[in-house]
Amino acid sequence: MKQKLVIAVTALNAIDSPGPGVAVIRAIRECADFEARIIGLSYEALEPGLYMHDLVDKTYQIPYPSGGTDSLMARLEYIHEEEKLDLIIPNFDAELFNFIKLRDKLSGMGIHTFLPELVQFEARDKLKLYDFGKQHGFIVPKDRILHEFRELQKIEEELEYPVVVKGKFYDAIIANSYEQVEKAFLKILAKWGLPIILQEFVKGTEINIAVLGDGKGKAISIIPMRKLYITDKGKAWAGITLDDERLITLAQKFINSTQWRGGCELEVMLTDDGKPYIMEVNPRFPAWIYLTAAAGQNQPASLVKMAMGEHLEPFTNYEVGKIFIRYAWDLITDISEFQKISGNGEL
Amino acid sequence: MRIRKNIAVSDEGFLFNPTTGDSFSTNGTGALILHLLKQDKSVAEITETLCENFDADRILVERDLEEFTSLLKEYSLLD
Repeated sequence: MKQKLVIAVTALNAIDSPGPGVAVIRAIRECADFEARIIGLSYEALEPGLYMHDLVDKTYQIPYPSGGTDSLMARLEYIHEEEKLDLIIPNFDAELFNFIKLRDKLSGMGIHTFLPELVQFEARDKLKLYDFGKQHGFIVPKDRILHEFRELQKIEEELEYPVVVKGKFYDAIIANSYEQVEKAFLKILAKWGLPIILQEFVKGTEINIAVLGDGKGKAISIIPMRKLYITDKGKAWAGITLDDERLITLAQKFINSTQWRGGCELEVMLTDDGKPYIMEVNPRFPAWIYLTAAAGQNQPASLVKMAMGEHLEPFTNYEVGKIFIRYAWDLITDISEFQKISGNGEL
Repeated sequence: MRIRKNIAVSDEGFLFNPTTGDSFSTNGTGALILHLLKQDKSVAEITETLCENFDADRILVERDLEEFTSLLKEYSLLD
């Protein structure tokens, strides 16, 4: 008989700049090795995943990450009482800190997670990426971390263009002049606050790699993907799996040197002379994670198995040339559904 | 001159480079050249086949073939 698991998943915002939650659930649902009851954890009432009842069995609103661990824990205790959770898969950068902090408490309640250690999580932070690269021997672009606007004015003469202006969590804008840097700085400041990162612009082909580490130095799955269509927000709207040993080796080295536990995404710029720059390390599955399942390495399902204590050997094959094309779909629901989630915090 | 081993070429002349994700399509003549390159035919042999098939001037065929193969090189499709 198949094991029945109750799995809570966040990031159900399948919008134009999508969270990975819906894709994670789709991949989990496709795995024939266990049955899953999926509990959605949402922040906002209009996250599309809430209303996808064929994917999500029940949804609970949870407090924003800025509310801290106490309010999150109180809410999770209530949800656990109702649902008897086996596993939580958080998928937002901004919420991971709280979930990592709560990991032991959750474990004490019988709720599994499969998250990186806090030290791993913080070492790959955008703000520390350059030091991280130096420490582990990865090629990373040079950067400057700015903690106030005055710092930007001070370095005006030193800047070389183009330069990439990046937010702490999200957003990156390429600027070709000081005026553009200022404009980008203020735009990102208003949205994500300080600090702001100025990163060396690297020209090349943008490759993303979805990786699943077992926490003991082994990469269980590595799927490199090239974006074929990019939205104005820089998100992949279509992508294709690649076969490039340099990328596989890079991902293996990353997992081995960090002992990464869980899913992550390496954003790589492959220069024309073949140098793979690590531009960013996202500490969770990417929104295109379903492609890993379609290509033969179901990373979300593998994460579930490892979180539940199963030992997995690394995948060895995947389909090259597998393409995803994202699409927009108007999901129709009723005001009564909206009322339930916005009024009661449950749907 | 050889098409790189991992490059997929369909009968219709559609090429896919799995290392870069690039894809290309050619016309019937291009498809025939790719097919011959896959069979390890030399430039002279390919020229011969093209002249036979298309009743074209040899110098013109040689020039077009060189242009086509330099495009393949530019796109990193040849060894």
